[in-house]
Formats: sequence, structure tokens, C-alpha cells
Amino acid sequence: MKILVVDDEPDVKDLFEQRFRREVRNGEFELAFANSGEEAITYLSSRPSEVVLILSDINMPGMSGFELLRHIRADFNAPPPPVVMMITAYGDPESQQQAATLGANDFLTKPLDFTVLKEKLRTIA
Amino acid sequence: MDEDEISSSLFTLLIIWQTRRFLDTKNRVPQWDWWLKNYWFINVALIGLSTVTDEDFPLRLIWLIALGMVGYTVHLLSPNQAARTAFLAVAPFMVLMSVFKVIEDLFPKFAKTYDNFIDSAVSFSLIWLVAFLIVASRQKKALIKLEQEREIEAAERRKIEARKQELEYLVAQRTAEITSQKEELEQALTELKATQNQLIHSEKMASLGELTAGIAHEIQNPLNFVNNFAEVSVELIDEIADEHHKPNPDPQLTDELLTDLRQNLQKISQHGSRASSIVRGMLQHSRASSGQREPTDLNALCEEYLRLAYHGLRAKDKTFNASFSAELDASLGLVTVVPQDLGRVLLNLYTNAFYAVQSRQKAEQGQTSSYQPTVTVTTECVGNEVRIRVRDNGVGMPESILTKIFQPFFTTKPTGEGTGLGLSLSYDIITKGHGGTIEVKSREGEGTEFIIELPA
Repeated sequence: MKILVVDDEPDVKDLFEQRFRREVRNGEFELAFANSGEEAITYLSSRPSEVVLILSDINMPGMSGFELLRHIRADFNAPPPPVVMMITAYGDPESQQQAATLGANDFLTKPLDFTVLKEKLRTIA
Repeated sequence: MDEDEISSSLFTLLIIWQTRRFLDTKNRVPQWDWWLKNYWFINVALIGLSTVTDEDFPLRLIWLIALGMVGYTVHLLSPNQAARTAFLAVAPFMVLMSVFKVIEDLFPKFAKTYDNFIDSAVSFSLIWLVAFLIVASRQKKALIKLEQEREIEAAERRKIEARKQELEYLVAQRTAEITSQKEELEQALTELKATQNQLIHSEKMASLGELTAGIAHEIQNPLNFVNNFAEVSVELIDEIADEHHKPNPDPQLTDELLTDLRQNLQKISQHGSRASSIVRGMLQHSRASSGQREPTDLNALCEEYLRLAYHGLRAKDKTFNASFSAELDASLGLVTVVPQDLGRVLLNLYTNAFYAVQSRQKAEQGQTSSYQPTVTVTTECVGNEVRIRVRDNGVGMPESILTKIFQPFFTTKPTGEGTGLGLSLSYDIITKGHGGTIEVKSREGEGTEFIIELPA
């Protein structure tokens, strides 16, 4: 299962790679990273319908996570549509509501509980 | 004694009486007046003496004494022009009368021969007397008029004096009023200064409040990494231990795990120091400025506060999103500034910039515009100066606002949102505190740019 992680923090890459090292080594998950919404769109356009799951931060400079989500649902929604989970440090109900309206499958708050995340991913896979 | 003598005696009495009346001796020389008043007594005494002794001599004295008394009176009133003229009028006649009487007595023959001449001399002196009396009377009238004028003048002067005193009293009263008002104003000024200091303090605290959310976010982020990398590291160690206990361990995997572990520990320490630097910055911001200039990494300061300002605004308005970037001149090195003060200025400019782009974003919401809110800070070294530019593509400002933005208490934000002190304090910090300049350029609907120039 290919997972695209979108976050403006470069260290997120290292963190995910280590958190999912066993799964990556087993070939269970394949991780890809983008530092911004724009980068994520470029990645998605070059690999249409390869990515099964997208984990995206909401608060990023430039294109926000919500805008990215809107783009995904508009341009990269070829069936099977990718599962999109929004991640944010501000877990307020308005943001959660907005994410749901825009078509997010899930809404996670930072700090991420990787145990819970892994379980969620496994149910999808 | 004959008729002639009696008429002489009466004549002198008349002259003395007229002198008293004309020259007003009663009021002017009251002591001497007593003698003049009692002249008739001398007159009678001399007539009596003449009768008793049967000699004409005492009668001759009548004219001399009268002449002397009139002369003395005029002498007493010497500055008086009318008195002198009066004396000039009567003197020739009186002298002639006394002299001719004496000549008649001593040289009767001579007197007889020149009787005509004497008579005409007496007549002439009488005409002289009348003419000069008219002149004297005119002079007296003029004098009286002059005196009246003087009196009016004096009265006027008294009036003016009284008015002056009245005015002086008023002035004193006013001065007292003004003095008390001045004291009140000074008191008010002292209170105002205290209030100003309080305001400056609360402005600082308000900007700290704006920072809090940003700071919380900025601290939470590295802390998440610290926790995550620490947990992952524990997993790595478990894995290394597992590998170690295997009958045939894979040394390549162990090496890989160890490398990751080292990297993680480095990241933990990195994110830990990032968090503590933010806390340090916050403490520095809330602390009263020492006013001490110290070598400061301006680039780091510019970037740090940009992040804080962004996250501060984000925390307040969850829907807000903007891109921000720092274009920093690496050749800047350390610049001697008061870091807390400059931090406040930057925070203020950033907050305003984000506010401006946020306003434009809200205004253009719903329109199919591709508006991308952007705030940029640029540092550069220009000759001997450091230039910091804070640029936004927000709503911009019209000329009418531009001219006022550095004035204290001027704010375009709704009541309660801005103190109106931010930019005025920033202006003071840059110009007075650092000897630099701060300028603003703006175009409505296009954006605003603040340019700070500091002597390096």
C-alpha cells in the first residue's frame, strides 16, 4: 500500500520511516513524502492512482491541507478514490467539520498516536 | 495830613486788598496773609503816628511798606507769572507815589517846577498799572485754566492708578489661578506619564498574548518530535537487543539501527534546543528591556518572530492560511542591537502584515481569485547599514492613513483589537533606540512594505 505523507516539517520523513520501518521492510507499506501541497500535487500527477492513502497536514505555508484535499477530490479521485486523512495541531471542531465537508476520510490531531494510526492503516489495507 | 494823604492811605489799602484777592494769598501763603490782612492796622498806626508827631514822614512810609509787602508777597509766589506781572503793574506807581512825596517834602521848589512832569509820570504809571493788571488778570485766568487742566489730569491719573491697582489685583488673581492650573496640569502630566508607561507595558503584554498561541504551537511541535524520536529510539534499542540475542546476528542491520539511533538522538537534541530557544525568546520578550545593545543574529531573530507571528494569528483564526518566507542575507553576521526591542518591532510589523493579508483574503473570499497571501521578510547589507524589509501583499493603505500610522493611539483595527501603540513604539525603538530609520510604502489593494535601516 502506497502512502503519501504531506507535511512542511522535513523531520516528519525520518519519523515516519522509523515508525514504519518494520512495515516498510516487510513490504506492507510504501512511504512517499511531500513538503507542501504543491509538491504533493506534482507527485500525484506523475503517479496517477498509485497512491492509496494520503496523510496531510492542514497548516502549511502556501497551499493548505484543505486546498490540497479539494484538489485531490476534484482531480485525483479516479476510482478507487484515495483515502485522505487530515492531520492538524489544532483539533478544533470547525476544522474537523470542514475536513469532513471537503471529503476527508479521517481527522487526526498532533501529536500523532502511531499505534492507533497503524491500526487504522491496517483496516484500510 | 490832607485829602491826598487819606486817598494815598486808602489807595494802599485797596492795593493790598486787591493783592490778597488777586493772588489768593489766604490759601497760598496763609502765614504771610495774616500780615496782609492786618495791613490796615499798620496803616492806621502810621496815620495816628503822623497826627501825633505832626510829621509827614510816617505817611511816606505807608507807600514804602505797602510796596515792600506787595513785593514780598510776589517774592513768596515767585514762580507765579501772574503775581510777577501784577507786581510789575503796581510797582512803578507805588515807587513814584512814595518818591514824589519825599521829593515834595524835601525839595518843594523842585517839585513845584516839575509838577507837570510828576503828574504826567503818575498818570503814565497809572495807565501802566491798568494795562499790566489786565495782562496779569489774563495770565491769572490762563494759570487757573492750566491748574484746572492739571487737576483734571491728576484726577485722570488717580483714576488710572485706581484702575491699575484693580488690574494688578486681577492679574494677581489670574496668576494664582494659572499657577494652580499649572500645578494641576503637572499632576495630570505625571499621571499621564505613569499611564503611558502602563500602556507601553500592557502593549508589550498584549503582543505577548498574541504570541502565546504561536509559542504554544512552536513549542508543541518540537516536543512532539522529541517524544516521537525518543519512543522510536526505544524501539530501535529493543530491535538491536533482539538481533544481539539471535544465534546468527546480522551485523549490517545492527549497524543500520545504530546509525538511526544516533540520528534520532541528534534530532531529539535539535528539537529540544529549538523548544528552549523559543522559551528563551518568550522570556526575553516579556522581560523589561534592559536597553542593552548586544551582538545579535538578526537573521535568526527575523525568522523566529515571523514564525511566532504566523502561528499566533493562526491559533486565533483557524481558517487563516498564508505563506511566509524569509530571504536572509547570510553575510549579515552579528549586528549590535537591543534584541527584545527589535523583536517587538518585528513582531508588530509581522502581525500587521498578516492582519493585512488576512483582511484581503476575507474580502476576496468567494471570488474566483487566485489570491495567495504572502508575507516576506528580507535582510540585506547595504554599505554600512542593515536593511530589513517586511513586505505583504495585503489590503494596503491609502495615503491618508500612511501619514498617521506612526502616531500614538492611531489604529485602523476595531476597538479592542489594537492599542494603536504598536507602530508608534516601533518608531521610537528604531529611531531613538537604534538611531535608524523606519519607512513605509503602500498601495491600496496591492500591499505594504516597511523598510527599517539600522546603522551596523
